[in-house]
Amino acid sequence: MVNPLKPSERMRIPRQAPIEQPPAIRNHNFEEVSLGFNEDLVTQEALRCLDCKNPVCIDGCPVSIDIPAFVRLVVEKKYLEAAKKIKEQCYIPAITGRVCPQERQCECECLLGKKHKPLSIGKLERFVSDYERLYGDNTPPEIHARREEKIAIVGTGPAGLTCAAELAQRGYRVTMFEALHAAGGVLRYGIPEFRLPKAILDVEIENVKKLGVEIVTNFIIGRTATVDELLDDFGFHAIFLATGAGSPNFQGIPGENLPGVYSASEFLTRVNFMRGYLFPEYDTPVKIGKRVAVVGGGNTAMDAVRTALRLGPEKAYLIYRRTKREMPARAEEVDHALEEGVELHELTAPIRVISNDGRWVSKIECVKMQLGEPGSDGRRKPVEIPNSNYILEVDTVIIAIGQNPNPIIQATTPNLASTKKGTVVVDENGQTSREGVFAGGDLSRGGATVILAMRDGKLAATSIHQYLEKKAVEHHLAKTAVS
Amino acid sequence: MFEIVAKESLAPVLTKFVIRSPFIARKRKAGHFVILRVDDHGERIPLTIVDSDAESGTITLIVQTIGKTTKLLSLKEKGDTLLDVAGPLGNPTPIENLGTVVCIGGGVGTAEIFPIVKALKEAGNRVVTIIGARNKDLVILEREISEVSDTLIIATEDGSRGLKGLVTDALSDYIQSNGHIGAVYAVGPIPMMRAVSNFTKPFDLKTFVSLNPLMMDGTGMCGACRVTVGGETKFACVDGPEFEGHMVDFDELIARNRAYADLEKQSLERFERELAEGGLIHG
Ligand SMILES: Cc1cc2nc3c(=O)[nH]c(=O)nc-3n(C[C@H](O)[C@H](O)[C@H](O)COP(=O)(O)OP(=O)(O)OC[C@H]3O[C@@H](n4cnc5c(N)ncnc54)[C@H](O)[C@@H]3O)c2cc1C
Ligand SMILES: Cc1cc2nc3c(=O)[nH]c(=O)nc-3n(C[C@H](O)[C@H](O)[C@H](O)COP(=O)(O)OP(=O)(O)OC[C@H]3O[C@@H](n4cnc5c(N)ncnc54)[C@H](O)[C@@H]3O)c2cc1C
Ligand code: FES
Repeated sequence: MVNPLKPSERMRIPRQAPIEQPPAIRNHNFEEVSLGFNEDLVTQEALRCLDCKNPVCIDGCPVSIDIPAFVRLVVEKKYLEAAKKIKEQCYIPAITGRVCPQERQCECECLLGKKHKPLSIGKLERFVSDYERLYGDNTPPEIHARREEKIAIVGTGPAGLTCAAELAQRGYRVTMFEALHAAGGVLRYGIPEFRLPKAILDVEIENVKKLGVEIVTNFIIGRTATVDELLDDFGFHAIFLATGAGSPNFQGIPGENLPGVYSASEFLTRVNFMRGYLFPEYDTPVKIGKRVAVVGGGNTAMDAVRTALRLGPEKAYLIYRRTKREMPARAEEVDHALEEGVELHELTAPIRVISNDGRWVSKIECVKMQLGEPGSDGRRKPVEIPNSNYILEVDTVIIAIGQNPNPIIQATTPNLASTKKGTVVVDENGQTSREGVFAGGDLSRGGATVILAMRDGKLAATSIHQYLEKKAVEHHLAKTAVS
Repeated sequence: MFEIVAKESLAPVLTKFVIRSPFIARKRKAGHFVILRVDDHGERIPLTIVDSDAESGTITLIVQTIGKTTKLLSLKEKGDTLLDVAGPLGNPTPIENLGTVVCIGGGVGTAEIFPIVKALKEAGNRVVTIIGARNKDLVILEREISEVSDTLIIATEDGSRGLKGLVTDALSDYIQSNGHIGAVYAVGPIPMMRAVSNFTKPFDLKTFVSLNPLMMDGTGMCGACRVTVGGETKFACVDGPEFEGHMVDFDELIARNRAYADLEKQSLERFERELAEGGLIHG
């Protein structure tokens, strides 16, 4: 069955709203906020696709998923085939369907969006991949050619997981090393359960393991073993570095080290990774008090403020120096945060954190901003309005103004080129300045996105394969030359 | 899983564990620490690697029972396993031959200074070690430390062993009656490290202290461990844990370490109740 509707009829169908937990309920629990589409909704939504001759949505997708093709399969109710179609390009659609900034990628290009609202591509992707997880055949693909070469993958976020899966399928012996006690990277310790249920991540990690990939946790490259030791002593033939950008930035304002000031990474790790919200059932404490202020406008800030809200404060403020429109976070998350009762202080920047007794935070002093000339990134720069200072009474401050790579690998790997910010320099193939050592994801980009990390992981897998093939040929030639 | 291959009680509330962890044993140097988690509900806590044996693949930890996690750990026996042990973390202590050096350990800090004493001795220094404790029962590692020190001075607060007084009294006596000192290394409770730093400052005597902020990941990812040194924010797990004592903002460190004192107390009391009732201990 192809789409039975005429284009004009398709355009008349409104964009289907996903099922969601009501704001006043969900802001007290950690269960998933968006429940996505059911089968009726997914059919209605898929019917909206104009199936354009020149599908520009594909250009908007960082990994070029054949969107019209998978949507056609949804219309035909061939959900498993649709999922397969997506997986030709994207290894983890149940995750990207949930966390990609679709409004700036595929959906931003969708022609429907010119006059109406764009196709809800992310929610369609999510539906079919959830369907596949529940009803699909989860046996791992057969691996035909076995290769002798051993590959080390450092970091178990989306970049590392994707690279591992690709290489394992090509028959390589793959070992992943993770510094923390569980795999998944930001998907595990950063993005909260209410946005990305850990059960979904667990399935993806199990799938990677089923391909024969070994995951070693509690193993910090640069400390437990260095990159050079992996190559020289452990006998790895190539390495993919994907350690992300986890190290939090601070503003450098007075009072920022007072007890009660968290980085978003610390706060989210305490709550999500260490389950601080279940203290004292779990041992890691977290304190939020009656009023919490979160500083920033990205996904990390949204996750921090919404997580804080779920710990039951009376007020949760979001302080951002530009306006809501300029926020780098996914639009859906910003909307959800505001629906849930977050109070937005836009065009506002904190300048000082204050404590009444030196033991815990009590206030944050802010100044109002206005948007000035565009800066080098094209965004209008916020400028302070003189004498506009005001004070907010708060019990907790959470700083979410960006992250850079942690310095461990760069500091312990001789001749590995990196930038001032600590990102590792790579060429267009993901190759670093060290032979046999590749890098990608947030480690080479600085804080970016899940889909780009995944793309880098795929690219590195191809590059590593080519590198090892070349090595094998060279080795063979050298051998025949000798004999 | 990391097996406990030996356990020994050294003093009231001080327990020594030898743990199988071959990769860490192979790499560890003086000044390194691990982060461990006892069980699935547990916190991640940092502990100094006191010693290691690359051949048998083991590391030695000495733990002071102070709260819930260290209490839970103290109940583990030989043959039990710990869920997670990660390391070696932090920067190793820079070890040079500086002539004569003074190493000071206070309380459980005596265990933490031991590997530094050993490394400084191996580097050819004349090592003077001062052990401070509240009373004679809390003096630990006396034999081990005396074997690698040229001089060992013990100071107890109640005078039940060695000099009566604080480590700074012992340091003062030593400085007054002896010649040049290359550097001082102090590990122990924050008030002790601050007192030593304040004492050596007028002498312009280089003083290294090993800071013990709260930590979580130990890889520079959270910033829980941030300390102010020389007016700059540093992450102790990746920039330290050793810093120059004269530059450290100790007041800030004390305030930050108290951040969860109320919740930690609640957690310990709950655990002790569970133990008393013979009830469920998760793990
Ligand atoms: C709170 C938050 C919310 C976000 N929300 C979104 C979103 O909605 N949509 C989106 O697209 N992106 C989002 N992002 C960004 C996205 O998560 C990252 O771009 C992505 O996870 C990067 O993947 P990665 O594989 O490069 O690294 P990471 O996911 O950071 O994983 C790196 C892993 O390497 C480990 N590691 C670090 N150092 C070492 C070492 N020396 N040895 C061994 N292991 C090491 C780390 O512990 C970690 O597990 C968010 C980020 C945060 C922090
Ligand atoms: C690099 C480093 C090395 C360390 N090495 C050792 C070691 O070799 N042996 C050892 O016994 N301990 C060591 N510590 C301290 C140890 O990590 C803490 O005692 C432990 O985390 C306490 O956990 P708990 O759950 O038992 O107590 P909690 O319930 O967490 O705390 C109980 C009480 O102790 C205080 N406290 C907690 N953590 C610290 C800390 N880091 N410093 C000072 N006071 C604290 C709390 O404020 C509270 O009042 C080290 C700390 C660091 C950062
Ligand atoms: S412990 Fe997390 S950054 Fe140091």
